[in-house]
This record gives sequence, structure tokens and C-alpha cells, in this order.
Amino acid sequence: MFGDDVDEGDVLVSLCDLKTYYGEDSLLSDDPVKAVDGVSFDIHKGETLGLVGESGCGKTTLGRTLIQLEDATAGEVRIGDTDVTTLTGDDLQRWRRNSQMVFQDPESSLNDRMTVGAIIREPLDVHDWKTPRERRARVRELLDTVGLSEEHYYRYPHQFSGGQRQRVGIARALALEPEFVVLDEPVSALDVSVQAQILNLLNRLQDEFGLTYLFIAHDLSVVRHICDRVAVMYLGNVMELGPTERLFQQPQNPYTHALLSAIPEPDPTADSDRITLTGSPPSPRDPPAGCPFATRCPMKIRPPEYDSVDTEVWARVEMLREVLRERSNADRSLTERAREILGLSSRFSSADEVHDELFADVTLPAAVEDHIEEAMDHVRNDNETRARAQLREAFGSVCDEERPKSHVVDDESGTSRCHRHRDEHDEPSRSQVVSE
Amino acid sequence: MSAEAPLLAVENLRTEFYTDKETVRAVDDVNFRIERGETLGIVGESGSGKSVTARSIMGLVESPGNVLPESSIRLDGEELTEKSESEYRGIRGSEVTMVFQDPLTSLNPVYTVGNQLKETLRLHRDLDGQTLTDTAIGLLEDVGIPDAARRISEYPHEFSGGMQQRAVIALALACDPELLICDEPTTALDVTIQAQILELLAEIQVERDIGIMFITHDMGVIAEVADRVAVMYAGEIVESAPVRSLYSDPAHPYTNGLLDSIPGNQPGGRELTTIEGEVPIPNGAATHCRFAPRCPKAFEECYELAPEPLPTTAGKDDHTAACLLFPEDMKREDAVDEHRAANTEGTDE
Ligand code: SF4
Ligand code: SF4
Repeated sequence: MFGDDVDEGDVLVSLCDLKTYYGEDSLLSDDPVKAVDGVSFDIHKGETLGLVGESGCGKTTLGRTLIQLEDATAGEVRIGDTDVTTLTGDDLQRWRRNSQMVFQDPESSLNDRMTVGAIIREPLDVHDWKTPRERRARVRELLDTVGLSEEHYYRYPHQFSGGQRQRVGIARALALEPEFVVLDEPVSALDVSVQAQILNLLNRLQDEFGLTYLFIAHDLSVVRHICDRVAVMYLGNVMELGPTERLFQQPQNPYTHALLSAIPEPDPTADSDRITLTGSPPSPRDPPAGCPFATRCPMKIRPPEYDSVDTEVWARVEMLREVLRERSNADRSLTERAREILGLSSRFSSADEVHDELFADVTLPAAVEDHIEEAMDHVRNDNETRARAQLREAFGSVCDEERPKSHVVDDESGTSRCHRHRDEHDEPSRSQVVSE
Repeated sequence: MSAEAPLLAVENLRTEFYTDKETVRAVDDVNFRIERGETLGIVGESGSGKSVTARSIMGLVESPGNVLPESSIRLDGEELTEKSESEYRGIRGSEVTMVFQDPLTSLNPVYTVGNQLKETLRLHRDLDGQTLTDTAIGLLEDVGIPDAARRISEYPHEFSGGMQQRAVIALALACDPELLICDEPTTALDVTIQAQILELLAEIQVERDIGIMFITHDMGVIAEVADRVAVMYAGEIVESAPVRSLYSDPAHPYTNGLLDSIPGNQPGGRELTTIEGEVPIPNGAATHCRFAPRCPKAFEECYELAPEPLPTTAGKDDHTAACLLFPEDMKREDAVDEHRAANTEGTDE
């Protein structure tokens, strides 16, 4: 299915505008969770592509969709001429044989009632691989390959340490000699000394069997060590993708900047010039209309007429917008939603408090103040939607309105999704960061 | 000033767990102090005893576990190990509070965040009515929860993970503690949220001059939050030092191994340095160095003699390592003799 004619370095898997949505019929919301919202990139044969991002960014769903453990809503996953998302029956079976997944938690992904040998043999049984005797021989070989020994064949997972269990998970994934392996946080449940052993093992196996990895992780130092290229996800989108060292040393996207600066360095003398992001990511049921990162972006583009407004003041204005947005969030309090459905609305009493909290100690330029007052009037009249629209009209920029395109940002076809790469704006840089 | 008792003094702490088969010395003769305004970082892998140390201080060790009688835990000079269960409950809610990895351990799902906060304030600060509500809202604002006046009437599950952990910290502060024990408080959080929580803890500490004991497996987090660090391995503190010396001159082979296995610390090469094998279960008295089977520097005596925490260089009392290679300015035999002498002293007591 993969065609053995794919050479090292050639495109093995190609994603094109892939979307995975789910939960379209949930009780209190009609909006689906847009877990993966239009992702395109290629995975090259023999490489390790890292997929990083915070929880809820869609990285695991993306990995599962690739292996067809999750159905794509739209878009394609191409292998050569085949679109994997359309496969059924035998073809799907064959694809699954060729692409395997290793899960994060070796504790819960292994059936505790089966012996280790049976666990590793299971995929061979399922695919009716050769004779039972050959299967057993294969399992012994696999045990050896992952650094376990034959005597482990008849043990149970609970007799194993976390590191050993993860070795079992890897052996199982390799049983059918796949070419492509999705590793979903394979070392994040392990202690650092054990983690290093597993990373070394993964590297060795890749060299030995010519494997291609998609390495999903939130630990950026692990990713930096093991990956050739890295894709950074936020709210269902790939914000930046590029060669690992370039991405770590010269991040181009504002989100990558912020994410990297948040990693605590194991060096107490390092001065942290951290960009602390405020708030948390918006709900993937209701992503921003423009740039996915617009609600938290510290380098967000301002409308030109407010360029001279003091950064602190501007940060407060954005904060007000964020608070109003949070309140309208589809994920917000169920009690609030219930009140609303029942027609009991009393929740805006505190809006004035929020206003005072934000602006009591700063002087607003008249132009800014007028807009804010107008918005507050809408809030007081219980029309928060109006208020948000009004603020957006007054203070919004291209970041709020238009989904940024991918721009090529290095000479290895790395890309970043941000309006600041357009000619009319300044490139993203730390100097644009608004202080808190 | 120096005569004043430290905020927390832990001496000879020994906590055992009993199973059908064996006695596990989860914490085996641990000694440390925390001053007001200071953060002691405790770092170690799973099975190192770092969480049991915290639970021992909190009086939360449950049967089949036991804090042995020779242990001493003094808070503000007051011995905690002799307290009754009900006295301990009072101390837990007021002088010492704990923030766990999973915020939901500390939050009751059936009450709003505001209710829990007010309940705690009522008990500890004797407030009521509008003052009570205002103080509760104030606390949520202090820990950086936006729109606090509204969110106070929400339930824990309506908060994001980061917001839940902030609420837990607000609850802890409601008791006005002198000592805050944080057990992996940011491990379950994303890095950008972790950064917010670490910043918050640093602010709180400056404002309130409290002592913090911060437990984590993450050497990056420790470097950022701690003033001093204790490295634990198999129930013992194997190295203890001011944060800067620990990272600039790590002494114990285990500390070196830990620092070396951090992937980001070794750019280039594909092969990571590892510590082979796994953490042993400390069952029975230490008769030798517990790290010896994994130690690249082990020599004969390491299997015969249990090292004691001694200065890494003679006279440098604030940086100690429990390893026969130290004090490093001594000849190997003399250093070993020092440990042997310290050892006998220990048993005589
Ligand atoms: S498009 Fe705007 S909001 Fe999005 S990352 Fe770029 S500057 Fe930030
Ligand atoms: S005492 Fe020996 S075995 Fe233990 S850490 Fe030191 S050198 Fe290694």
C-alpha cells in the first residue's frame, strides 16, 4: 500500500485541509468541537515529525485521524494515489497494518489479564500473520528488539515498571512491521531517566527499520531532541511548521514564541524573558473568526489609528474584550446557560466591576474611552453580543477578521500562519509584546 | 535573630509502609529546614519518597503507613508528630496547607467555588455577610481569576484546569498559612498555564513571606522556583544545595545522571545519557549506597557502607552529598572514613 518505491526523504503521507469535528449533536450546544480545523502538511519517509501544542489543541485527534481511529470530517490523507479517509474493508485493514500507534499511558493501554507475549502477539493473530509457531517466534524476536528478554513472555503487565510496559507497547506496535508509527506522548508518563532510555530505543528502531514517526508531545525538550521537523498546533490549526533547530532558535509565529518562552529552563542563572500569556485557549466549539490565536496573542496587530496608545492601556482594552468573550463562550457555565434558557438573566451585574477593575488606574485616550463607554452601555442594557460587536468594530484588526494564511518563512519550506508575515506589517518580534 | 526557630525543621524523618511481604522505608532518615520566605525544592523520580515526605509533614500518612517515633517535625518550634488527629486537622487547615497535582482532590464537586472559599474563611477568619463575600472575591482576584464576582458562583468543573489550580491556591491562602506544600502543582498543566501558576506562587510568596516546599520531578521547574534544592532517591536526600550550586556543581552521581538525561540539555547527538535500571524499593536498613547498582562511579566500598550527607568540600556546609566520593578535597580513603564515622554516630543515637 505504501508502495516500496517511496525513497527516504520523499513524501510518505500528505494531509490536505484535514478536518475532524465531533459532538455535533450534544445537548446544550449545536456547535461541533472543531478538533482539527483545516490542517495540511507532508510527512517524509524516514523522518520524525513532531506535533506539539497544549491540551485540547487537537494534536491527538489529528494522530488518531491519520490512523483512521477517528473519521475525518473533510479533507484528505493521501498515501501515493490513495486517500486513506475513504478506505473501507480490506484496504483499511491493510492501511492499519502499515501504520501503528503507541499510546501515552502504558498502564491503561495494555490489557492486564493477558500475558505480555499474548499482548504483543495479538495484532499478528488479528491479521492472521503466518503460522502460530512463527508468531511466537516473532514475539520472542520483538521482545529482544525492544530490550526485554524471552523470559518476559509469560509475565503480566502489572509485574512491569512503566518503562518496561512502554517497551511492550512499542513491541506490539512493531509486530506487523509497519512503516509509519504515530507515537502519542510515548514518554510523558515516565521518569526522566527512564524516558531517556525509551527515546534512545525509538531512535535505534527508526534507524534499524527505516520507520517514519509522527511524534505527538507536549514536552518541548523531548521534541527538540528527537524530531527532524516540528509542527506547532493551536486550536485545531498548525500555526508553524519547520526544521527543529530553526523553529527552536528562530521561532517565526507569535504562538511559537510564547510557547517556547514558557518552558522552564534547567538553569537557575538563565534570565527568563518570558512572554506570559493571559487566559486560556478559547473553546474549539467556538473558535475566533480570524486568527485562532487572536484572543491571547501578545503581538496582535492593532488598527493603525491606535498604534500610539500606551501598551498597558491597550492590554486592558484587549482584556475587556476577552472577558466579554469568555462570558459568551459556548463552554461557559452550565448554570449560566440554564438560566439563560429559562429566561432568568441577572448575570451582568458584575460587568461594571470588571470595567472598574480594568480601567480604574489608567487614563484612557478620549477616542478609546468613547467606544468603551458605548460598549458598557450595551452591556448594561443586557446586550452583550452588541457590546462585543461594537468593541470588535472599534478595536478589531485583520487578526480578528481574517484567518491568516500560511507563509513560507525559511529556506526549507517551513511555514507560519500569521498576518504579520504580510508585507504591510512588521514581522512578529518580541518588541511588539504588550506587557501585562 | 539566628536564635529564632526555623519555620519548619524536619529531623530523622522516617516513614514506613508495611505490606505482606516487606517493610518499605519510603522515607528513610530525612533532614531539612525551611525558613520563612524561602522555597525548598524537592526533586526526585517516582518512588523517591518526595510525596510521602510531604504527606508525613501534613499528618496524612495512613495505615499501613507509619511515621516512626524518632522522627521530628517542628513547625515554628512546635512538635507536630505528637499531635492528635484532631489537633493535626486544625494545623492542616491553618498553618500548613497543601496544593496537589490534581486540583480536584482539593475541590468539592458539589459546592460552588465560592461556597468552599467562604466556608474556609468563616472557619479561619471568623468573617460573615458581605465582608465574607468580598474577601472571597478578593482572594479569587488575587490568584488571577478574571471576572471573579461572577465566577465565584460556579462549580469546580466549570473551571479550566489552570483556573481550578488557581482556585485551590485561593483556598489554601484563605487559611492564611505559614507554610505551603506544593506537590507537583503544575505537572498536569500546559506550559503556558504552568508559567502563570509559577508566577502566581512567586508573587504570593513575596507578598506573604510564607515558606514553600515545592515537590516536582521537573529540573526546569525547580531551577525556576527554588532557593534551595534537596534531591531525593529511594527514600533519602542524596544531595542538598542552594539552587545555583546544585546546577553549577552537581555533586552526587545521581544528580548528574538526572541533569544529563534531560533531552534539551544535550543538543546534537542522538544518543541520550541514561541512568540504567530503575529506582529500587528501599526495604530494610541501608547497608550500602542505594544508588550503587546504577552508579557509573561505584567502587567496592559503595556496596559495604551507607554514605551519610557530608559537605561536598570540607567546610562547605550548605552543599552536602550522600556519596562516598565526598568531601571531594579529601583522599578517597579518608572520605570513606568520614562516612564510616558519621555512620556510627548515627547508630549510637
Ligand atoms: S495573525 Fe495576528 S493574532 Fe494571529 S498570530 Fe499573527 S499577529 Fe497574532
Ligand atoms: S557512594 Fe558510590 S555508588 Fe553511591 S553514589 Fe557515590 S560513588 Fe556512586
